[in-house]
Amino acid sequence: MIRIHVTSVLVDDQAKALEFYTEKLGFIKKTDLPAGEARWLTVVSPAAPDGVELLLEPDTHPAARAFKEALVADGMPYTQFAVDDVQAEYERLTALGVTFTQPPTDYGMVVVAVLDDTCGNLIQLVQLTSTDGG
Amino acid sequence: MADDPVLFKAISDPTRRLILDELTERDGQTLFEICGRLSMKHGLGSSRQAISQHLAVLEEAGLVITRREGRYKFHHIDTRPLHSISERWPMTREEPRS
Repeated sequence: MIRIHVTSVLVDDQAKALEFYTEKLGFIKKTDLPAGEARWLTVVSPAAPDGVELLLEPDTHPAARAFKEALVADGMPYTQFAVDDVQAEYERLTALGVTFTQPPTDYGMVVVAVLDDTCGNLIQLVQLTSTDGG
Repeated sequence: MADDPVLFKAISDPTRRLILDELTERDGQTLFEICGRLSMKHGLGSSRQAISQHLAVLEEAGLVITRREGRYKFHHIDTRPLHSISERWPMTREEPRS
């Protein structure tokens, strides 16, 4: 059976990313190994320490930064995380100095908000409020 | 009244009127938020490029102003051009403005 075990975000600085993703967002470090010029650096959710790992991957490819900047200008998140309560996370993270480009927005079935991870990415927080399709 | 065709064209389209509705509800939105509101709240299937073009028409009419804040771009509603309509055809029972 095929599985997803790692997904990645392209970050401009791995050390800064580790700090933001652990100390602000609340992930915990899972793996930190040297990998060439960079590190194989992953974090996991405390709710699923053996679940999918998030790889904090350097955005050193020449095309990566242009791609990221274009997405940010249009407010588009490329990565999303689930939370139990978007409004509560918005308030907690705002108090920690995190910038949101979109405050909690209720679409009925979901509540979403978009934050800046300080590493060149916008991240969407998602709270599923209904699973019955309406 | 030279700008009237641009203004009336801008508000003639239902998608553009919805964009103004959503900006009235919360002013200062990214393109992503506007697209999300149109698709999630109104079931519109318009592409991001199409919404971008609608925003350009609204901006040309002066009804939407874009503001750059660092690396982000936010869209704001500006209803001032609409005043020309009520000035041209004043409401007869309107109380005198101070």
